[in-house]
Amino acid sequence: MLRTSARSTQKVALVFIWGTGAVALSILLVIIGYLFVRGLPEIGWSFLTTPPQGGLSGEGGISTVIVATLYLIAVTLAILIPLGVGAAIYLAEYAPANRFTALIRYGTEVLAGVPSIVFGLFGFVLFVTALHFRFSILSGALTLACLLLPTLIRTAEEALRAVPRSHREAALALGATKWQTVWRVILPAALPGIITGIILCIGRAVGETACLYVTMGGSAGMPDSLLSSGRTLSMHLFYLAMDTNAIEKAMATGVVLVIVIVISNAMTNWLSQRFRARMTGGA
Amino acid sequence: MKFRKVWFLLPALLLLVALLVLAGCSSGTSGTITEAGSTTVQPLAEKLAQSFKEDNPDVEVTIGGGGSSVGVTACNDGTVDIGAISRELKTDEPQLVKHWLAKDGIAIVSSPGNSVTGLTKTQVREIFSGTITNWNGVGGPNHSITVVAREEGSGTRTAFEEMVMDKPEPAVEIVDTAILLPSNGAIKQTVKGDKYAIGFISMGLVDADVKALAIDGVAATAENAKSGSYPIVRSLYFLTKEQPTGLVKDFIDFCLSEDGQAVVSDEGYISVI
Amino acid sequence: MRSRYLTDRSSRVLVLVCASISFVILLAIAVFTLKESLPAFQQVGLLDFLFGTEWRPSDGKFGILPMIVGSILVTVGALLFAIPLGVGCAILLAEVAPHRVRQFLRPAVELLVGIPSVVYGLVGLVLIVPLVRQIGGPGFSVAAGVIVLTAMVLPTIVSISEDSIRAVPKSHKEGALALGATHWQTIWRVLLPASRSGIAASIILAMGRAIGEAMAMIMVMGNAVRIPTSPLDPARTLAGGIAVEVNYAAGLHQSALFAIAIVLFLMIIVINSIALIMLKRGSHAQDVC
Repeated sequence: MLRTSARSTQKVALVFIWGTGAVALSILLVIIGYLFVRGLPEIGWSFLTTPPQGGLSGEGGISTVIVATLYLIAVTLAILIPLGVGAAIYLAEYAPANRFTALIRYGTEVLAGVPSIVFGLFGFVLFVTALHFRFSILSGALTLACLLLPTLIRTAEEALRAVPRSHREAALALGATKWQTVWRVILPAALPGIITGIILCIGRAVGETACLYVTMGGSAGMPDSLLSSGRTLSMHLFYLAMDTNAIEKAMATGVVLVIVIVISNAMTNWLSQRFRARMTGGA
Repeated sequence: MKFRKVWFLLPALLLLVALLVLAGCSSGTSGTITEAGSTTVQPLAEKLAQSFKEDNPDVEVTIGGGGSSVGVTACNDGTVDIGAISRELKTDEPQLVKHWLAKDGIAIVSSPGNSVTGLTKTQVREIFSGTITNWNGVGGPNHSITVVAREEGSGTRTAFEEMVMDKPEPAVEIVDTAILLPSNGAIKQTVKGDKYAIGFISMGLVDADVKALAIDGVAATAENAKSGSYPIVRSLYFLTKEQPTGLVKDFIDFCLSEDGQAVVSDEGYISVI
Repeated sequence: MRSRYLTDRSSRVLVLVCASISFVILLAIAVFTLKESLPAFQQVGLLDFLFGTEWRPSDGKFGILPMIVGSILVTVGALLFAIPLGVGCAILLAEVAPHRVRQFLRPAVELLVGIPSVVYGLVGLVLIVPLVRQIGGPGFSVAAGVIVLTAMVLPTIVSISEDSIRAVPKSHKEGALALGATHWQTIWRVLLPASRSGIAASIILAMGRAIGEAMAMIMVMGNAVRIPTSPLDPARTLAGGIAVEVNYAAGLHQSALFAIAIVLFLMIIVINSIALIMLKRGSHAQDVC
């Protein structure tokens, strides 16, 4: 009796489980499918290489938008990498194990969860207005760097900590200084992990809208200096969807975004697999 | 050491950024005008900048949005050379130099599928303040009205409130059930897609997607707005901190010239000459 | 030989400088936001700010209760759908599905995690809003927000819950099966309780993501500042409220937006702290086992 009821419960439960899988999968299919069906026909060489018309027409392609996105990411990384990796090295290798360090780590964790628009508000008031950087790539990059800093510090610190103790001991035993150990042994060993973190940040930067919407101004023109206004792919999608009739162009921009994300996911997976193999294979 | 190679990428990346920055700085030092502010003026300013650049290819004009309030503050604190507003300066705002760029009617728009073709100004007021909530109150179908407005702070909203909601006294508020959207374009999209929606947008943006309602029996056309018979018309201004000089003066002079005002008319706004 | 130690010293300083700049920036964000929000809290008053129902910045009325309610409604609504779907899907991936299905579903879920929120917003705007309009109301609504948010947070719940179910030691499962439990009994009575802290952490992370989402919510929720009375009514969230008005705001209005940011900040800190504690307790529990 108990046996049969347990079996029938199992049957019901399994049906439910498969049902949730089916629903989750259909959500993915609807979003991606709809996006590709409407967006893909728009994408061609000319879409990628002509500038958008700007304003409310929504016509044209996304060439300047691609340039602005790349420009923004390059500037962001130039600010982000030294600060983030530096802080991670400090936390992983130099920081004393005391309350203060624990507090810093906790603060970083908390900031990693603060909504992007809060950083946007901060960036707007500080960089755009108070420091007179205007609506610009520079303001956007600074804001974005602040937003991504906690994420990078965390992933980079984890990567550094994953390097086996034996590496450090061996290097120190050979007479290397602390810095030589860090620079020649630990950093190279942790590099794939750090790069994974950086790619993660690039992925988030590509998808980010809220904090850039209020700091980059959204000009559709070709950015020609750090102080030019500009718009990223995600912002362009938002403007097209909200301000224009060009829903197909918005969908096409979405398709480009999804493809970028797929590539960055694949790179992250590949790198972290290699990293794990190196760390556990006893390099 | 396979991963050593990657090390060379980092300095290379930094170098690339440095080059971009330098390149940007060297070309950006001379001949740049920056404008920001009203989203109503933005598309017009972009067109004006384009035709200005045809005669002055070395000059870079950067057009940004942000809204009328940003136009005032950004111009006042020197963040941009030119601010743009689509309403009058308020008394508590810094009194900057105004350059009358164009006039613009505010069109009350509904979906082309809606049978109502005209309203009185009082009806518009009652719809937006929530006194009339059903289309049958103004001779339309028996269906509740979806009121769509701009968000607080928008120049178009402020101008609409000044001309429709505040007069005659007592002033009334836009109903709190109204959908609030961040741009003229977003309102246009929504009104186009919802047969029972009503909104207000700059007349320059009206096209076949939406139907501009006649107000007090006067059709919402540029001619009627220019002649003064259409009742909801506001002015668009460029702002500068001081009397403009140099490049900024050239650009503003161009915008106010016959050529510039031709662009204004082409874009569906009302020229001031 | 000397230069070696000099490099050692100077690079130590360099690392310390980078680190301190980072920490100062992070601290500055918190302090700056707090400082900017003070005028609003002082002039409006904490209670009037939190529990006022009217938000009319031009008239000096700053009550954010409608936005708080809006944020809570969409977040709770989305979690109500996303938790059963997400945990179910996680069980499917971790325990039930044959290898081939898993190989297909896992990358799919990973892809969903990475899709920018504006893409969800776009599909919501073009597909969901007109659909909701068919049912009634203006379409821009809490319901549309809930649907879009559900799709957004679902993958987060699935991927983290799956990891934590997988992390349960094999011996637990084998023990239960050896005692004659069915596969489902093993999942329900052994695996889920053992991984509950991880699952809870995934839910809390999803909650944080939902509360903080701004752009997608602006696109589908209509942004009316009013406590919604039905799921078909428009509403505004805290994060969306900041995004819609940042560029217009000055003076007290701007300070009020910073005050909204502080409210969000506190919500996130509470949620994150709970998540951290749960995760710690989880790893602790596994140590004991």
